[in-house]
Amino acid sequence: MSVINEMRLEFTATSENEAFARLAVSGFMLPLDPTMEELADVKTAVSEAVTNAIIHAYAGKPGMVHMSAAYDGTGELTIQIVDHGCGIVDVQRARQPFFTTSDSEERSGMGFTVMESFMDGVDVTSVPGEGTTVRMSKRILLRDDAFPQQA
Amino acid sequence: MLCFETKKNTLTVRLSGELDHSAAKDIRRELDALIVQTDARKLVFDLKGLDFMDSSGIGLVIGRYKLMKRRGGSVAVSGTDAHIDQIFKMAGLYQLVERLA
Repeated sequence: MSVINEMRLEFTATSENEAFARLAVSGFMLPLDPTMEELADVKTAVSEAVTNAIIHAYAGKPGMVHMSAAYDGTGELTIQIVDHGCGIVDVQRARQPFFTTSDSEERSGMGFTVMESFMDGVDVTSVPGEGTTVRMSKRILLRDDAFPQQA
Repeated sequence: MLCFETKKNTLTVRLSGELDHSAAKDIRRELDALIVQTDARKLVFDLKGLDFMDSSGIGLVIGRYKLMKRRGGSVAVSGTDAHIDQIFKMAGLYQLVERLA
């Protein structure tokens, strides 16, 4: 991947920042001239990953969420969301539909399923006690007049 | 944002703006009070005005489905766009709640 644009952000793990993270990513990917559907797919996947970091990884404790994104001249968009929270003991199990550890918050346990459905690739690595990294990718179909040029 | 109307035993709730985890917390609180207060038998979510929804929408609707079922009532959703439909279908939501046009 020959990156032609990238960004990094750090923000407090508080639920007000779920909307901020979605808006930041949509603003970043605008030069790719995404369709409304592509934009909604990416915003939803980012919202799921950031919400997981806020309510599961940190669970009300103070912490920062690190988000970075990049794209290349072919429209391949990658997004990484990193926390230094509690980590996930069994990632494979956590990715199963309807799996949730949070009863009181009325979480559906569909976060990873939504990410997988709306993105082309989702990779999760986690170390209990150290944190979790979610890497997602999606190919945004370039239209003839789209801005990015092959570097 | 939430506004509502009641007709006979039906409570219709119109949601607008963005439905994420942050917004769902407030909506849930307000909605549960409304359900008890109006003693509705049927709860209809009108989602036409939503600009965004993630899986928090599933939790919100399923949570209200459970509450309404305990109270002997039912839940329906209307005004869903393709994106919201896709999210609800992932969770098999339409096996529990009716989808109105």
